[in-house]
Amino acid sequence: MASSPSHRVRADEAASGSLAVGKALQLLAHAGMALPDAVPGTREWLQSLIDALCELSSRDPLTGLVNRRSFELGLARELDRVARSGESALVLMIDIDHFKRVNDEHGHGSGDLVLQAVAKALAASVRPMDTVARFGGEEFAIILPNCSPAFGPTVAERVRRRVKATQVDLGHGEPLHVTVSVGGAFAPQWVRSSAALWIERADRQLYQAKAQGRNRVCIEPAAISPVSSEEKGMLFAALKHQDES
Amino acid sequence: MTPHPSADAAAAAPVPAGHTIAVTSGKGGVGKTFATANLAAALAERGERVLVLDADLGLANLDVVLNLLPKVTLHDVFTGRVALEDAILPAPGGFSVLLAGSGLVEYSRLTDTVRQQLLDVIEQVTPRFDHVLLDTGAGISDVVLFAVSLAQSVVVVATPEPTSLTDAYATIKVLAQQQQREHIHLVVNQVARPGEGRIIRGQLQQVVDRYVRGADGTALKLELLGELPNDPAVREAVQLRKLLLDAFPGSPAAQAVRAAATRLVHEAP
Repeated sequence: MASSPSHRVRADEAASGSLAVGKALQLLAHAGMALPDAVPGTREWLQSLIDALCELSSRDPLTGLVNRRSFELGLARELDRVARSGESALVLMIDIDHFKRVNDEHGHGSGDLVLQAVAKALAASVRPMDTVARFGGEEFAIILPNCSPAFGPTVAERVRRRVKATQVDLGHGEPLHVTVSVGGAFAPQWVRSSAALWIERADRQLYQAKAQGRNRVCIEPAAISPVSSEEKGMLFAALKHQDES
Repeated sequence: MTPHPSADAAAAAPVPAGHTIAVTSGKGGVGKTFATANLAAALAERGERVLVLDADLGLANLDVVLNLLPKVTLHDVFTGRVALEDAILPAPGGFSVLLAGSGLVEYSRLTDTVRQQLLDVIEQVTPRFDHVLLDTGAGISDVVLFAVSLAQSVVVVATPEPTSLTDAYATIKVLAQQQQREHIHLVVNQVARPGEGRIIRGQLQQVVDRYVRGADGTALKLELLGELPNDPAVREAVQLRKLLLDAFPGSPAAQAVRAAATRLVHEAP
């Protein structure tokens, strides 16, 4: 594929009849993605071409993370799920502190290296089921399905520390260190809310983390259960007793 | 009537003729909408004029339960596109419905506008019916608490499952503390054996007596409106998207719903 992509593109174009797929194949080749290996022009070939394009359009080219478009789709899906299940889900908005300074002092190439290193650190600090996205510029976002209010702050703190511990090798001079500010909000339970509203709430917390001095985590307090463990104990102890009697 | 401090405007208005009943649950998926629709049908069977208002604005699915394709919804009334009369639709069980329609995302946050709109609608419909059932959302969000505050009576639906009971207790506690409720009706759904609902009511009452006092020190009395047995007819009716009372009128669960409706009528103001 690397030897003669343009030749391959022309051949595929001819085989696909009237469909103009040259540009699509070029884009895939440029992104380093495998080209469809089925017989050009067949249904399978077209399907794998569409699949590859979907994959391409859902990724951020610089970091390889899910892009904003795909993230928002995932967020809406998660909202619909928790609306009915009542499960606890957290969204984190993450912004690199003083990123402009990196660009100004070290150049945009170094800025890109920082973005890639942060992306890698974020992906490494969460579970495989979580969705890590580049939201835009130096802002990232993570969807954490099935994350209880008790664990949310711990996860967010782990993300923050992991980035802080990351060394970004610029290829010259001292490696660079950056920090992130993290804002988080839980999905409302039993309510079908909107993705925009959820992001807005997490963003408000991110703003607060920045205002409080950066390199920190702020999470919107989840609604505290009005039921104490003593009350729960009493509710179930006697029920159990009645079951046995 | 119980005072509802969180609905000052409602308290200031003249009390309407119909009996308003909010049906809520601590946890979602316990059969709240199912119970509401079938209670309404049972009340209608007795010759009562009944309206079910889908007040679960964030997650409305009364239309799904009743297999209706709403052309006109509460949203159209709120936006002034249609008159209230035109949004009151006949439902299969001989009662009327006012549907919220799904996807009213903007109503998941209680703004002054939503508050006023809901208040207006309820004030207008109540005099025309004997019973207005508000199918509210689950949980204790401000939208749910507000919708409940508009009703004279409250029915909390729960199942014997531990999370459902804990969440039902949370709802009961918040209603006692914030709305000074003195009576709350309990419907225990999906009971495995007769008497389970009575045991659960007793247990909840014990914890309530120990830990819950209204803001003015009043005690709260839980009343068992009914226990609905774990009846295969229920699952079948739900799958057919039919009312239990229509599809399996003689089933044990249908009879239990009728018994609950009878109790509800007798306690109407």
